[in-house]
Amino acid sequence: MTAESRELRVRRIRNGTVIDHITAGQALNVLRILGITGRSDEVVSVVMNVSDRKKDIVKIENRELDPEEVDTIALISPDATINIIRDYKVAEKHEVILPSHIEGVVRCMNPNCITNTDEPVLAGFEISRGEGVELRCVYCGKVITDQIADFLI
Amino acid sequence: MMQHVIGIKDFSRGTIDAILNRAAELESVACGGSSNILSGRILATLFYEPSTRTRLSFDSAMKRLGGNVIDFGSIEVSSIAKGENLADTISVVSGYADAIVLRHPKEGAARMASEFSSVPVINAGDGAGQHPTQTLLDLYTIRKESKLDGVKIALVGDLKYGRTVHSLAHALSMYNSEIYLVSPEQLKMPDSIKDDLTKSGTKIIETTNIDDAIGVVDVLYLTRIQKERFPDPAEYQTVAGSYKVTKDTLNEVKDDLIIMHPLPRVNEIDPDVDSTKHAVYFRQSFYGVPVRMAILSMVMA
Repeated sequence: MTAESRELRVRRIRNGTVIDHITAGQALNVLRILGITGRSDEVVSVVMNVSDRKKDIVKIENRELDPEEVDTIALISPDATINIIRDYKVAEKHEVILPSHIEGVVRCMNPNCITNTDEPVLAGFEISRGEGVELRCVYCGKVITDQIADFLI
Repeated sequence: MMQHVIGIKDFSRGTIDAILNRAAELESVACGGSSNILSGRILATLFYEPSTRTRLSFDSAMKRLGGNVIDFGSIEVSSIAKGENLADTISVVSGYADAIVLRHPKEGAARMASEFSSVPVINAGDGAGQHPTQTLLDLYTIRKESKLDGVKIALVGDLKYGRTVHSLAHALSMYNSEIYLVSPEQLKMPDSIKDDLTKSGTKIIETTNIDDAIGVVDVLYLTRIQKERFPDPAEYQTVAGSYKVTKDTLNEVKDDLIIMHPLPRVNEIDPDVDSTKHAVYFRQSFYGVPVRMAILSMVMA
């Protein structure tokens, strides 16, 4: 792909955040994790399956995402990079870091888990990375591996 | 001093050994004696599901140690019938007792309860999840009636859904054991548990034929195979029948083989076997008392 055609697809942003190298097909789930619904003011561009279906890209204008709030997207897209753009230039670049523990992001896939009841408890997981990302429920011990996106809250 | 007793994986071998040693010291009290080490202490037993052995043995253990037991009677007459959630019940009851024993149908219930309780919570079974006091009494039985370190044991029956065998296998992996996994094809031990066992250096041998194991093991641990796991009743009959232990099955076993079962049994063990020297399952269920005494004394004394 030439620089020109990339420019045609989504133009460069002046200020904001570009999330690059998102696992192909996961851009909408990334927005879901970040709580970006389209109902707020920021201009959001989503490009999916670019570079021969290898990756997705999300651009959020006039908003700088805090690296820590972005780390949870490593659950579904461990190779994503976060670029903070100021005046068309990459001012900061981070790779997402898989957290060791998450709460309230994913629900447990075990329907009989105490976290899937009306009890006042958030689903919590210990995270490890073997062949893929592995979430182990702190409460019932059930492990979620390849279907994490299906259980996003 | 232990805080909560939620799952066997929370325990090191050192802690398990300490509990088993304490149980050995208390066995004479469990056996018709009495003690006052928990005198003035109150245990709350919250059973959201029916139980015979676990509930009665906790009661017995607490009372033999001089303590008192309170419970909420049947669910129908308690505040649970009014829709109170577990978290609130635990917060309230932890103000009335020095420790709580909880059995609940949801997995993870005990772990959550421990977060809301100001007193130790002892898990007495959470759905298909953990039942650590059963595992500890199984280990105690093996140590007392056979040998624990380096034991050759066959786990027989439903290895897929049986929480008892999952926890026991994990605990045995801390004791240089060799484990025969004997089950029908459709009820095999889950891969995740087999991986954990192999990683811990435990030798596992998987088979569908009980004859491959029965002559070489020190311990035969039988569990129930539930009818509802089989779509075809005829298949259930065949499978269940092939694991049934009778006096005749025991012709070629080690002289000091012990046979264990968490009970209740349905027809896994012929009553003929009860009178043989190999049968320890009733003593196994008695050992629930000293083991639970040990746990109660360690969380409350």
